Amino acid sequence: MAEQSTKEVLIEPIFGANPIALQILGICSSLAVTTSLNTALVMCIALTLVTACSSFCIALIRQFIPSSIRIIVQMTIIASLVICVDQVLQAYAYDIAKSLSVFVGLIITNCIVMGRAEAFAMNNSAPKSFMDGIGNGLGYSVVLIFIAVIRELFGSGSLMGFEILQTIDNGGWYLPNGMMLLPPSAFFIIAGFIWILRQWKTEQQEKREFTMAQQSEGVESH
Amino acid sequence: MENLISIFITSVFIENMALAFFLGMCTFLAVSKKIETAIGLGVAVVVVQVITVPANYLILTYLLKDGALAWAGYPDVDLSFLGFLSYIGMIAAIVQIMEMVLDKYVPVLYNALGVFLPLITVNCAILGGTLFMVERDYNFGESVVYGIGSGFGWALAIAALAGIREKLKYSDVPKGLEGLGITFITVGLMSLGFMSFGGMTI
Repeated sequence: MAEQSTKEVLIEPIFGANPIALQILGICSSLAVTTSLNTALVMCIALTLVTACSSFCIALIRQFIPSSIRIIVQMTIIASLVICVDQVLQAYAYDIAKSLSVFVGLIITNCIVMGRAEAFAMNNSAPKSFMDGIGNGLGYSVVLIFIAVIRELFGSGSLMGFEILQTIDNGGWYLPNGMMLLPPSAFFIIAGFIWILRQWKTEQQEKREFTMAQQSEGVESH
Repeated sequence: MENLISIFITSVFIENMALAFFLGMCTFLAVSKKIETAIGLGVAVVVVQVITVPANYLILTYLLKDGALAWAGYPDVDLSFLGFLSYIGMIAAIVQIMEMVLDKYVPVLYNALGVFLPLITVNCAILGGTLFMVERDYNFGESVVYGIGSGFGWALAIAALAGIREKLKYSDVPKGLEGLGITFITVGLMSLGFMSFGGMTI
């Protein structure tokens, strides 16, 4: 990989190499928390902090980690950071911690954290790895917030708990789309996000595995 | 008994790990291009899940819970904040041990599952199963059944998706949706299908 400037390291993952849309990393724990913008925001902040700090710590001690046990060392650092985040959330934002349920814990196995530690922090200086962690966290956040805004706005007519589209139940005109609150809608929205992104940055499109043979012209024998 | 059957059915169909909770999505999307590999990974997940969920249950009850260390003479110690670290350590250790045992005694199975075993450590479905077990206060029997059920549900989902994707590659998909995009839409439709089990109660 060519040497990147710090700014590129920060900006690139947001659209150019988005961890979710291009690298297929970290979708696991993300989608279930997007039914409301509040929980999605908390999740984004938690994940960005964990990714940045774990990349920083791992980059600091990368010279001393024997490669045979590096995965376990990385896991331990990440798990300790996640425990900190979880304890802070339970102390200061208990309701949100409850609604995130197991998904805070699942940051440990979020492939973005592990993937960046393994792919970037092991070969780069600590400050740069920190920026890379922030960048990837932001890339993840963009997708998450995009999905959460659509799901909460159309699913319950509100944003962050404030009513935007007045629903019929409250004497308004908007009939909430219940499917937006169910799991399938998250898949459709993320597919839409990828579609938009790849129409814009066409170099991210995937090659077709199988191409249809050209029909020979002039033969119409059906 | 009825309770156990209900947990099994719920974890396979209604609360399917992959389709209702989005767990294990990374591997779910990455390893579902061929049916054989998908089934191999599915079996590996079931096996690991069946061992790790009860094992983590034992760790929780005898080491971590408030007052759990009473048998060692420390009735006031509450180590539950160390949960995540212990669970993931346990999972990594079990996967490693399984790999060695299989390599030594059942080389046929090892060759079939071999490449997937390391992948499983970072599979969110495994850790997710454990965390759900903790959150819902299952007892030992329930955690065994939940391990089997959630693993089986995940395996079912990945095998089905692989089957669809094998056919899907012959279809004419818009350029930007090709690959990942259309897979997400397929998974969404499957998830919609599984939602219809939602009203089932036993």
